[in-house]
Amino acid sequence: MSEFDQLYRELILDHYKNPRNHGLLEPADAQAEGQNPLCGDEITVSLRLGENDVVEEVGFDGRGCAISQAAMSMLGDLVKGKTAGEVATLPKEALLDELGIPLTPVRLKCAILGLGVLKLALHKARGTPLPEEWGTSSGGLVLD
Amino acid sequence: MAVSTKSTLDAARLRADFPVFEELVNGRPVAFLDSAASSQKPRQVLDAMVDFYEHSYANVHRGVYRLAERATAGYEGGRTKVASFLGAPSEREVIFTRSATEALNLVAYAWGLDNLGPSDVVVVTDLEHHSSFVPWQYVAGRTGAAFRAIPIDGSGELDLSALEELGNAGTIKVVAANYVSNTLGTVNPVQQIAEWAHDRGAIMVVDAAQAAPHRPIDVQALGCDFLAVSAHKMCGPSGIGALWGRRELLEEMAPFNLGGEMIRSVSMERTTWNELPYKFEAGTPAIAEAVGFGAAVDYLSEIGLDAIEAHERELVEYALGALSELPWIDTYGPPPERREGIVSLNVQGVHPHDVAQVLDWEGVAVRAGHHCTQPLMSKLGVAATVRASFYLYSIPEEVDRLVAGLHKAKQSLG
Repeated sequence: MSEFDQLYRELILDHYKNPRNHGLLEPADAQAEGQNPLCGDEITVSLRLGENDVVEEVGFDGRGCAISQAAMSMLGDLVKGKTAGEVATLPKEALLDELGIPLTPVRLKCAILGLGVLKLALHKARGTPLPEEWGTSSGGLVLD
Repeated sequence: MAVSTKSTLDAARLRADFPVFEELVNGRPVAFLDSAASSQKPRQVLDAMVDFYEHSYANVHRGVYRLAERATAGYEGGRTKVASFLGAPSEREVIFTRSATEALNLVAYAWGLDNLGPSDVVVVTDLEHHSSFVPWQYVAGRTGAAFRAIPIDGSGELDLSALEELGNAGTIKVVAANYVSNTLGTVNPVQQIAEWAHDRGAIMVVDAAQAAPHRPIDVQALGCDFLAVSAHKMCGPSGIGALWGRRELLEEMAPFNLGGEMIRSVSMERTTWNELPYKFEAGTPAIAEAVGFGAAVDYLSEIGLDAIEAHERELVEYALGALSELPWIDTYGPPPERREGIVSLNVQGVHPHDVAQVLDWEGVAVRAGHHCTQPLMSKLGVAATVRASFYLYSIPEEVDRLVAGLHKAKQSLG
């Protein structure tokens, strides 16, 4: 195993064990939940928005595999300071670059669950676009 | 050959038949513990298929030239071998399909749609793979039949005491059960269930995809009416499976797929069906795969299914013994003597996908997920499990690597 890979793995484990932005915000300006039924991953995201709908604070709660929870932990810092519109168009590759390890299609869903929930929260609160790939079912995001 | 209750196969020697074990990851061969998903292929099977393509390939059943005759002989030779392997009374009762899944769909559609109605009951089990569960659930829904399942007990074995209550649910028309659970390895008493089904005038459909690679199969001794197998789980190629069915039932059934080969004559007014088994084999079949399937059952028969089963049981005993010393591991399923070479487990507090990922980093290949048995997962009260599965080429060292990898998963994630 290369040291480079090892570094990424340790980073992911660190985010999993010590999640950043953990805990839901009350009150919040936007909130949504989602799940990945195949793995049983669940994530709820809450956001506080400032002037021009800039993301100021992110808080999440969830359970599931390390990839889903670590990716959500990393995502919080990635989107802070961005406008709702910028987050709505943030490509999943931006997050996958942060994660840094190759993922099989099954694990890819784990990794992008949090990003989808975040986009859904902004869609519900601010009407930002939500492309079909982030489709929703009964109000929450269900990746399948 | 000496009669022995101990394993009589030499897995370390048999591994030399499998080119994949020459592949190294980080200097070591992969500890391949996912044979329940699909088995690796021996040279004997690969060579038979290459030889067929190089010397005997043409389409089957049509050409009048010699190459086509050789191709047909190869294809039908595969059928003869599979029929003999399953103990089928006639090779006409063996239909080649794309997979065990397609074989089970064939029965559900071609038999189920014409024989089920609103006062009937379809019985499956809590242990079914989706390939057996979903077609029957769907066809029951289409025909208005009730859909019920034989429940499992705490050790993941079918609770046959529930049969009596199920028997009162209506006219039982079909019972569909797997012979071996792909998730827990449970060996089900299909012979006993078949007797129960027949006492009620029902037919018995056996999904033997997970049994045929590991234990001798005799459809006549089992007393079932249909039995499905899949070549790729038993050292054969992917893309081909087989359905054995009782001739009188197959004769009565409408066709499943329609097209070339399955017809006797076609006119604007009327089309008539070909004889068995061709009535159910529309289109150009998987020809070289049938040859490979035949080579695979030859390979398994030469080693001996009893020896394969005994070898895997030793590995299961060894694995469960090692795992029982780790209080942070949960295992599922019956004791070794009533299961085939499958161990489903969880590391407490660690998601099974994460366990599988760490194991992959250690060069250990296992399956994590619901194993196409979501109803069973919900009965077990888990979203997923980690599944290690063994075959004739599995060795104790791979179990050791699994256990070491589980320690690593526990350390880094637990």
